[in-house]
Amino acid sequence: MSAVVTDHEHEHHDHKPSGIKRWLYTTNHKDIGTMYLVFALIMFFIGGAMAMVIRAELFQPGMQFVEPNFFNQMTTVHGLIMVFGAVMPAFTGLANWMIPMMIGAPDMALPRMNNWSFWILPFAFLILLMSLFMPGGGPNFGWTFYAPLSTTYSGDSTALFVFSVHIMGISSIMGAINVIVTIFNLRAPGMTWMKMPLFVWTWLITAFLLIMVMPVLAGVVTMVLTDKYFGTSFFDAAGGGDPVLFQHIFWFFGHPEVYIMILPAFGIVSSIVPTFARKPLFGYASMVYATSSIALLSFLVWAHHMFTTGMPVAGALFFMYCTMLIAVPTGVKVFNWVATMWRGAMTFEVPMMFALAFIVLFTIGGFSGLMLAITPADFQYHDTYFVVAHFHYVLVTGAVFSIIAAAYYWLPKWTGHMYDEKLGQWHFWCSLISVNMLFFPMHFVGLAGMPRRIPDYALQFADFNAFISIGGFLFGASQLIFVAVLVKCARGGEKATAQVWEGAEGLEWEVPSPAPYHTFETPPVIK
Amino acid sequence: MSKTYEKYYVPAQSPWPIVGAVALFLIAFGAGNYVNEVTRQQPGYGGYMLAAGFVVLIFMLFGWFKNVIDESMSGLYSAQMDRSFRQGMSWFIVSEVMFFMAFFGALFYGRVIALDWLSGGSNNAMTFEILWPSFEAMWPLLKTPGGIETQAMPATGLPMINTAILLLSSVTLHFAHTGLEQNKRSQLKIMLLVTLLLGATFLGLQVYEYIHAYRDLGLTLASGFYGNTFFLLTGFHGMHVTLGAIILLFVFFRVLKGHFTPEKHFAFQAAAWYWHFVDVVWLCLYVFVYVI
Repeated sequence: MSAVVTDHEHEHHDHKPSGIKRWLYTTNHKDIGTMYLVFALIMFFIGGAMAMVIRAELFQPGMQFVEPNFFNQMTTVHGLIMVFGAVMPAFTGLANWMIPMMIGAPDMALPRMNNWSFWILPFAFLILLMSLFMPGGGPNFGWTFYAPLSTTYSGDSTALFVFSVHIMGISSIMGAINVIVTIFNLRAPGMTWMKMPLFVWTWLITAFLLIMVMPVLAGVVTMVLTDKYFGTSFFDAAGGGDPVLFQHIFWFFGHPEVYIMILPAFGIVSSIVPTFARKPLFGYASMVYATSSIALLSFLVWAHHMFTTGMPVAGALFFMYCTMLIAVPTGVKVFNWVATMWRGAMTFEVPMMFALAFIVLFTIGGFSGLMLAITPADFQYHDTYFVVAHFHYVLVTGAVFSIIAAAYYWLPKWTGHMYDEKLGQWHFWCSLISVNMLFFPMHFVGLAGMPRRIPDYALQFADFNAFISIGGFLFGASQLIFVAVLVKCARGGEKATAQVWEGAEGLEWEVPSPAPYHTFETPPVIK
Repeated sequence: MSKTYEKYYVPAQSPWPIVGAVALFLIAFGAGNYVNEVTRQQPGYGGYMLAAGFVVLIFMLFGWFKNVIDESMSGLYSAQMDRSFRQGMSWFIVSEVMFFMAFFGALFYGRVIALDWLSGGSNNAMTFEILWPSFEAMWPLLKTPGGIETQAMPATGLPMINTAILLLSSVTLHFAHTGLEQNKRSQLKIMLLVTLLLGATFLGLQVYEYIHAYRDLGLTLASGFYGNTFFLLTGFHGMHVTLGAIILLFVFFRVLKGHFTPEKHFAFQAAAWYWHFVDVVWLCLYVFVYVI
């Protein structure tokens, strides 16, 4: 894709409002993107601190530091924060920053709504975190809030949990509408569908998934609310309902949600690998089709989370085969990334290192997903640490690594300075080693039968768990290096050029670094 | 450059979103506490917070929409901007459809699968024998496995009249729209007013039906799966009709002030789409909740 910008005249008067009002009242996609990213980072550390509590408790068998009820609250809120507070807002922040610049748009399509969808998010998490201090504690039923744990057996904070999830959902839906309308309506002339950068494509499909499934989440939390407080019996067999119904509705949301957290990552890796391999992306069109098929299939696989809950054999077979089918488009993607690197003139700056780690480690997570998809085998793996290992490989070394890679890749464009390459490499290697110490042994303890979500375990798992916890603490500490890199880069450093990376192509690399406050007030012409 | 493009209007800073965020915080935090206070009969401030949240929300809506209307009337919006609004509204309606789908999905699951299994279907014969051997699956579910009894809401009579009223209101709204497009302002005003009155009548009759259900039929929110789905589906639908009617009311006031032209009338269009959407939801609801 070659693109030429012919019109820069409006970019010189660059007046930003100052003070706190700039951030509270802003309609600028770059400001809002920055706020999303900073918020995600803060939530990443809060959620991470909860993970540290979990790992400290599991360092040795027996009860050490916390009560079982508090342990449950930590696993629950850790999950909720990482999913809705860290990974999703980080991707939305990247979308805000990059999509208008990548497609030659002056801003997001609905800038005021954009501000609203960001600012309700801190309030939603404020409510969730405050609920931890209520008498009886915060939500303790797991981030999947299965009924009847969340209805019959839950505490008084459940209503706060329900309403905070509602607000997160409203935020996501408004953010998704903004992304989808921006891409449909604000592309510069000449930016045809099949010229769009893959990050834009993957986000378009992600936004579609968000609009389709976040309302279903809103529906199911509403049913939990009425079941708990107003005497309905959606999930109570005595009233003619069924607790299994909860799982169906939840996972109808939950499985597309999994792809919401990985499709933008595919877009990021598809941007980074060609840049550092100095070759165009191999199989662009097939990447677009693969992403679309993953999205469509994601609506047909939800019950693979429920094999042990029980369903007719025909259902189990259907969901098993559909799930395994997803490996095909995912395989296409991994193949294309590898083929892009084939005989490329590769260099290994930090974004590329994280992208490469993503490809390898995400594939490991994908393979363990295939193992879990096999119904009879899943009976053995279900609710063990094997599952924990699986989804942390796809979410931490998948989604989170891609977000970190994206941050390193676009930081020079955002700040105008190069980040400290040496410190970045330290961050990468420390993260890579510790994250594998943390999650890889979980496969083994899981296969050996250690159940998830339990604050204690049998003695034979003691050595592995101590090792895992050390990995966890190291991984947590490694992320402090990341903060050091970010702060250092924001405060100064070597000046970045407009193109930043030798092999980088696309509209965002043709505006100066740092990107002016308003880009493309009149659309660029794309040849 | 061979071709010039209209500039896309990017609004300057706006205080309304953060006001709206505070409003949603007050609503959510207030509601979260209020629900506990009401159901546990505890004293507290949740209700006041909830009410304050709605006040702030209404304040925000007035301010925000005033800005948007002023900008629109002063000609800042290009055709491209109009498309953004239209697409945004369409996707919002898609998300609303999915919200109702969650409840329809629950209804279908309950009727087709849960009740069948509770009465020993599939491989549940033993569960049935042990748990509730006297349970009979039927729809409407007039007696739950736990023994709560209720009466069914008939499809004929009031619900049928209500269906006709809501369908008619969609037709009158359509004629209001054609009136707007052909610049027949009096047709627009009359038809819009009729639509509003029909909507209000529908809501009034729904309230009457709810009272009838609670008082005469013993059909309540807590009377098992039939009552759950009945009240949540009709209740959320009723909320949407209320919201749609409020939007149409403001559109009506704007029509009286002489707003909207045959070419440019996004607000009218969006309100109409919303109303038609609510109407289609009712049709599905009438078929699956009342008739079948």
